[in-house]
Amino acid sequence: MWEYSDKVREHFFNPRNAGPLEEANGIGDVGSIQCGDALRLMLKVNPESEVIEDAHFQTFGCGSAIASSSALTEMIKGMTLDEALKVSNQDIADFLDGLPPEKMHCSVMGREALQAAVANYRGEEWSDDHEEGALICKCFAIDAVMIEDVVRANNLNTVEEVTFYTKAGGGCAACHEGIEEILAKVKASSPGAGEVSPPPACPATPEAPKPPAKKLSIVEKIKKIEEVLESVRPMLQRDHGDVELADVQGKKIYVHLKGACSGCMMEAATLGGIQQKMIETLGELVQVLPSSHMPAEA
Amino acid sequence: MEPIYLDNNATTRVDPSVVETMLPFFTEHFGNASSMHAFGSQVGKALKNARAQVQALLGAEHDSEIIFTSCGTESDSTAILSALKAQPERNTVITTMVEHPAILTLCEWLEKEGYIVHKLKVDKKGRLDIDEYKSLLNDRVAIVSVMWANNETGTIFPVEEMAELAAAKGIMFHTDAVQAVGKIPIDLKNTKIDMLSLSGHKLHAPKGIGVLYLRRGCRFRPLLRGGHQERGRRAGTENSASIVGLGQACQLALEHMEAENTTVKALRDKLEQGILSQVSHCFVTGDPRNRLPNTCNIAFEYIEGEAILLLLNKLGIACSSGSACTSGSLEPSHVMRAMGIPYTAAHGTIRFSLSRYNTEAEVDRVIAAVPGIIAQLRKLSPYWGEQGPASANGGSFTPAYA
Repeated sequence: MWEYSDKVREHFFNPRNAGPLEEANGIGDVGSIQCGDALRLMLKVNPESEVIEDAHFQTFGCGSAIASSSALTEMIKGMTLDEALKVSNQDIADFLDGLPPEKMHCSVMGREALQAAVANYRGEEWSDDHEEGALICKCFAIDAVMIEDVVRANNLNTVEEVTFYTKAGGGCAACHEGIEEILAKVKASSPGAGEVSPPPACPATPEAPKPPAKKLSIVEKIKKIEEVLESVRPMLQRDHGDVELADVQGKKIYVHLKGACSGCMMEAATLGGIQQKMIETLGELVQVLPSSHMPAEA
Repeated sequence: MEPIYLDNNATTRVDPSVVETMLPFFTEHFGNASSMHAFGSQVGKALKNARAQVQALLGAEHDSEIIFTSCGTESDSTAILSALKAQPERNTVITTMVEHPAILTLCEWLEKEGYIVHKLKVDKKGRLDIDEYKSLLNDRVAIVSVMWANNETGTIFPVEEMAELAAAKGIMFHTDAVQAVGKIPIDLKNTKIDMLSLSGHKLHAPKGIGVLYLRRGCRFRPLLRGGHQERGRRAGTENSASIVGLGQACQLALEHMEAENTTVKALRDKLEQGILSQVSHCFVTGDPRNRLPNTCNIAFEYIEGEAILLLLNKLGIACSSGSACTSGSLEPSHVMRAMGIPYTAAHGTIRFSLSRYNTEAEVDRVIAAVPGIIAQLRKLSPYWGEQGPASANGGSFTPAYA
């Protein structure tokens, strides 16, 4: 049995705004009968103010699909269309005090129905660009399509890299076999690919990189470090986190992990990923450490 | 409100007399059956007795054909891997599209390892095509593994006939009979079945105990090697309390076999008719005329199974569903898909599986509860209009894929 929050159960057993809405002037139909989830969202929008005066839904789906639909209608009533479009699937899940990872797609469906209904109201075409695959990482709700896309886009080779880019595999580690299979599949299908290098039996110690053409000056080094941090910040910010440079002491680079990153169970994986990038960029072995590890009198 | 348990194909309540039989084996009879002293020999005698009880239920010719394992899945894996190891010149496995994951997941892995797996198709009532089966029997086939009865629909496969056909070509035959044992009469000595898996917790014995029946003379390679337990065919100290419990459960199953096929069957039929006569747009899946006496699987169209289960659960009624959501996968049950059940119905399949503990009063309560739940969810469904399916009333619902 899923562990549904009390709020999910409450919205499932007593759904708000269920059933057809006669005066609807924006209707969004999304979902797939194949996956067992489909949703019709009906909006009554004030043409003057673009305020959503009423919202109803009809849902074919499981407990959390129905609860997510109910929650969405409650959340967007009284919002303008532009405000409503800012509601993310995470917001829907948060409103319900969280959803099991297998069920996050129910909240995605709600957000997409909203986009479709707004497009319908505005007389626009809405097409869905979202593709969903089998759930691989249950700790972070990452599916196969997302992992495959990220592996292709970034030419990833190891489970550790996949974890750094997507978080998949960073929790209980039960999905590592599944991630390895995706890596092998992508490698096999990419043109001119060599064979897949088997993953190391245990977390790898960084391999010594090729020596750089010349030794970097301290200013050049700091600049490069900043560049690496800049490149990873958007990814961390997407998860409501951030990172900035605290200090460089020899081969040790200290960083402040901020926002959602601080205290995150993925901290080690995040730092490991940054360290790998640093080593590649700087061409030397360095260690990336949280600023809390800085010696007291530095 | 007393809860009503109608999920006996998932697991069963341990019979109180089984618990009673087991308890001394946690206390005074704690010995290791392999030991020379009295502590051990008491346990050894109890195991021998339990083996005979299992033998009687299965109709096996010899008690040495009974190998105790830890579960049905272990028995399944042992059987198939043994056949492949013992006959390295044979590289093919024949099974069906609708097996339990204990077989199918193993077969998927075997395919990755380079073996050839043929999965027999089923028709819309879940029946096999025996001509297709015959055409696949050749000297590259190491083993045929076909379930005796399907866990979702209860549909019974003609395993005795299929075993004869395999034997005529010199091919080993295994059946996963975890759903059939204890529900329908089995007499292995008069069949050509070489191996059979059973699981204790499906017949009122505890979880964590299973059996592999291995016909005398059938070539065998153990999965677990170590001590001489189970005549060296399954090493590891015997789970004596559970073995004794399983023996008692098998004896009870034999005593209740007739009731299972009369009383329990009548309750199942009453439940089914009670639901079908009140709810429109629903139907029984599988082969209703040839199925286990305790199982009834109904597809409720245009609504989703997990939502049905949650509402039933609120009324204290426990059963299971073949919807995608209940499994956490993206597709409804592979059994429903193999039978070509449309998606609008496959997601709404509910399995009611009874046992000898269920009563007529319980069945009446379920019959009273189901129609309201179905109506309530259909009211929420975009596929359902005022009086019936939305498409039948001029409207239609064709969502963008999300």
